[in-house]
Parts: sequence; structure tokens; C-alpha cells
Amino acid sequence: MRARVFVTLKPSVFDPQGRTIVEALHSLGHTEVGDVRQGKYFELDLNVESAAAAEALATEVSQQVLANPVIESFRLEVDSESKAGRS
Amino acid sequence: MNFAVVVFPGSNCDHDAYHAVKHVFGQSAEFVWHKETSLGDADVVILPGGFSHGDYLRTGAIARFSPIMASVRAFAEAGKPVIGICNGFQILMECGLLPGAMLRNRDVQFHCEHVGVRIEQADTPFTGKASVGQMLRIPIAHGEGNYFAPPEVIAELEAHRRVIFRYASADGEVTDAANPNGSVHNIAGICNEGRNVVGLMPHPERAVELVTGSADGRVVFESVIQHGV
Repeated sequence: MRARVFVTLKPSVFDPQGRTIVEALHSLGHTEVGDVRQGKYFELDLNVESAAAAEALATEVSQQVLANPVIESFRLEVDSESKAGRS
Repeated sequence: MNFAVVVFPGSNCDHDAYHAVKHVFGQSAEFVWHKETSLGDADVVILPGGFSHGDYLRTGAIARFSPIMASVRAFAEAGKPVIGICNGFQILMECGLLPGAMLRNRDVQFHCEHVGVRIEQADTPFTGKASVGQMLRIPIAHGEGNYFAPPEVIAELEAHRRVIFRYASADGEVTDAANPNGSVHNIAGICNEGRNVVGLMPHPERAVELVTGSADGRVVFESVIQHGV
């Protein structure tokens, strides 16, 4: 099973990297880009059998390690197609 | 006094801390590898600066799971003095002994320079010999020292006088220009509710001999040595 985890800074948290990137885009002439928020993306290969188990495991490692709940939130997707393709 | 300097893979200020304690202040000091489970007969624990485990995911995110951290937590919860410097501060936040988190510096640059740091409170083991308002000129060396906590946590820290160090100009003014990284309220260091756990981004251990440009950090070590006497 594969899970995709997207970790992003909470909306209330200032994102210095996103700010720098949007300024760079503006300097390149892409002035229609209003804002950029940078985050982290993880692909987890999980040796579990069910989508429910994959979601539970991905949630656990995201809460415990991948995201810091003080500043970040996460959402995840479990790739059921990958399950079909591999089983 | 016995100081334990915890060493994580990637710590790089462990020897500076050891040198300060042992050679400059003549105290007993031991390195404690992060896979150890005992702090021995330590009276003070130092979590030094560096890049524990490479800090690839987040600063301090992996170090908090090191076996020694259970003993550090028990030591802290027993009311004994613990100081986290730079990466050590980041580890203390990741493991929940101190509140908040570090964001990237607001200008996205790594800052390695001497800065002005004002002592805000003198009732912790690490500031007892300082006076409130005293200015230190000590180095910082970090890319992620932009202190953040939710507004209610900041209010709680301020209300209970738990901001211990603040970035300030040479004449002691807390200004935006004196803030090297964007930290909320110019916060450079805080303590826990029990006031025995202190974390700060600046490096007092790198400012204990004039040969390194400043000896203003001495007061942090003199304070905890006096505290333990």
C-alpha cells in the first residue's frame, strides 16, 4: 500500500520560504501569483494489507514524526490503485 | 558540580559546552551518548547545539526519540536544571518539555553572528547571577531560530515571566532591527513552568573566554554553578 502525506504550515503560521518564493516569482514577472505556501510531501510504502490499516499507520507516523502539530497540519491519501496493481 | 553533556549524532557544540564547563569553570563534565539511558550522577544536563540526526526532517524531530531523552525528561520533571542551547532548545520543544516551535529565519538566511541578548528574568538556575535588563553580546548560529507559538501560549509565557532572554539592541531596546530571525516578541529563550528547564538559541558556551570575542556567556554558567552550591 502507498500513502501520500502532505505536511503544510498552519494558515496562521508565517512561511518564510513561501514568501521568498513568491517574491522571486514576482521578480520573474509572474505578478499574477498571489501567494505561495511551501510544504513537505512524503510517499510511504507500507507493508500492510488494507487501506484502513494503511491510513491508520500513515496517520500515526504523521502525528508522531512527520508533522509538528505546533506549526503544521497534514492530510493524507491512501493509494488504493497501487494496492490493486501490486496484489 | 557534575555536568552531563548529551551527545547526539550531529551534535557539534558538545565540545564547546564541555570545554566551558570543565576547563573554563573547573567543574566535572561527562559526555553522555544519546543511546545511553542513564545520566549518571549529573547535577545539570546540557543539550548542546548542532544538527542532531542531520535535522533533515525538522530540527530536533528525531533526537527526541533517543533513549537518553526518557532520563532527561525524568531529570527535568524532578526539578533539576536542564539547558538546551540552539539545537538543544529545538529538541526540548520537539519533546514537549518547552512550548513552541522554530520556523525558518524570516529572511531564510543562516545567521552566524554576535547579537544583543537581554536577560529578562533572573530567577532561573541559569540566570540567577545576572540582573534583569543585563545585556549580553553572544553568538547565534542557526537557520531555524524564528520562535513561534500560538498567541495564547505567548500570552501565557509573558504572563508567567517565562521569557528569559530577548534579542535587543546594544542599549537594551527590544526592536525589530535587533531581532535576527523574526522570533515573536524577540524571544531568544524561555523556561518551563517549573523554571528549571531553559532553552535558548544563542550560544553562551561560545562566549566564555575573551579570545572568542566575548565572555558575556559566562554568567549563564556562573549562575548554575552558584545555584548548585
